[in-house]
Amino acid sequence: MAVGKYIKDVFGVVKSLATGMKRTLYYFFHHKEIITQEYPDNRDTLVLPERFKGEVVMPHDEKNEHRCTGCQACELACPNGTIKVITKFDMIDGKKKKAIDKLVYHLELCTMCNLCIEACPSDAIKMAQTFEHSVFDRNKLIKVLNNPGSKIMEGVE
Amino acid sequence: MWSFSEIANSIHEWLSKTFNPTWTLIFEMVIAGVAVIGLFALLGLVLVIMERKVSAWMQIRLGPNRVGPKGMLQSLADTVKLIVKEGLTPNGADKIMFNLAPFIAMIVAMLLLAPIAFAKNFQLWDLNIGVLYVSAVSSIMVISILIAGWSSNNKYSLLGAMRSGAQIVSYELSAGLSILAIVVLSGSLQVSDIINSQADGWWIFKGHIPAIIAFITFIIAVTAETNRAPFDLAEAESELTAGFHTEYSGMKFALFFLAEYVNVFIVCAIGATLFLGGWMPFHIGNWTGFNHAMDYIPSSIWFFGKTFFLIFVIMWFRWTFPRLRIDQLLNLEWKYLLPISMINLLLVTVMAILKWHF
Repeated sequence: MAVGKYIKDVFGVVKSLATGMKRTLYYFFHHKEIITQEYPDNRDTLVLPERFKGEVVMPHDEKNEHRCTGCQACELACPNGTIKVITKFDMIDGKKKKAIDKLVYHLELCTMCNLCIEACPSDAIKMAQTFEHSVFDRNKLIKVLNNPGSKIMEGVE
Repeated sequence: MWSFSEIANSIHEWLSKTFNPTWTLIFEMVIAGVAVIGLFALLGLVLVIMERKVSAWMQIRLGPNRVGPKGMLQSLADTVKLIVKEGLTPNGADKIMFNLAPFIAMIVAMLLLAPIAFAKNFQLWDLNIGVLYVSAVSSIMVISILIAGWSSNNKYSLLGAMRSGAQIVSYELSAGLSILAIVVLSGSLQVSDIINSQADGWWIFKGHIPAIIAFITFIIAVTAETNRAPFDLAEAESELTAGFHTEYSGMKFALFFLAEYVNVFIVCAIGATLFLGGWMPFHIGNWTGFNHAMDYIPSSIWFFGKTFFLIFVIMWFRWTFPRLRIDQLLNLEWKYLLPISMINLLLVTVMAILKWHF
């Protein structure tokens, strides 16, 4: 019925608006929940959200080994050509094996979209939370992610 | 004990002792003008910092916190910035109209201040049609917006001004009808009479549910009339850059900005006068002891307390609700607010005739 729906609409609107106003009034009186970080002042105690993404890094273990197989899935997944995987062939037990020579990462092109991390089949790269990236020379933003002399971890195919 | 009315009286006595009546009148007008301009400047500073702090806390942010103690001098710094900025007039603009529009906005705001009672016996002009005067003069505001939009020679400005015209013409109706509800209850258009009729309780309590409905429609309608979010379609930053004041800069922009805040203050003062008793302290019927205790708080504090409470409510709306689309805005007025306030006015009239109110 039209009149019934009209009255129901009015009360529904009033109720939903009141819910929103209750929420903002709660925030107004609870200043401890403030999420703003006063960044340069609290640089030492900065709390970043868990999903904050700063740059792509490749974790290495204590034996200088990484998990990258050189499959180039990240390079294919990247929408703007940020990652270049340069591969080489190692001779192991007389057999040729594909491995990475360099994993070049262009920070200046990266949009932190996280697609390379999701594409990686062996969890070799991840997002770090560092964010103070400003430099005076653009070339310093081109990074090689694997450490010099690093090898692939045992058992990662 | 000093009060606003005593200060005004002593100034008046001193002037009439020293000068003849004509010069007394002229000096009093000059003092009133200077006081009004001073009030506007003060209101601009206070309301801007209040708005920024309220918005920040409601959105779990910190707000301005660098200039002065806890950022309280931020609006002063902003004012200095706006004064030293260049007031540019675009080449294609209608120069006279373009420069006139912000002043019309300020003059309307000044005119609206005349019948407002700031404290007991402290009023610029207690004319016998005070409420009618307010609702008539407040619709001139739209002319300054239309002039600004048209003379800017900019499509965004024109669109914003046209929207503003449609919006203010629509919402005048329900604002007027909700004001009428109180006029019916108190039986007078004079501001001082309306306030005196609330000596035994404010209309929002004495008028039962119809008065509360009238109050809510009034608050919604004046939020729309002052072009504030969720009804800020005239400026609509996301669609029209800044609407009617896209082309304005420097002090001319600041005048529009100030006029918005002064208008918010004025409509809240009128709301406080009509529904919450103006400067009248909180009285309950015949409880003389309680009423006397309430009388010890000065009337100006009651008035400004109520007005700033209503300003807070309007800011609370702004920082909670998303902006309406233009068709939703007009639907809300013509399909919901107007029928509801018409039926409500009928109820109030029946109530006033049968003397059901306290």
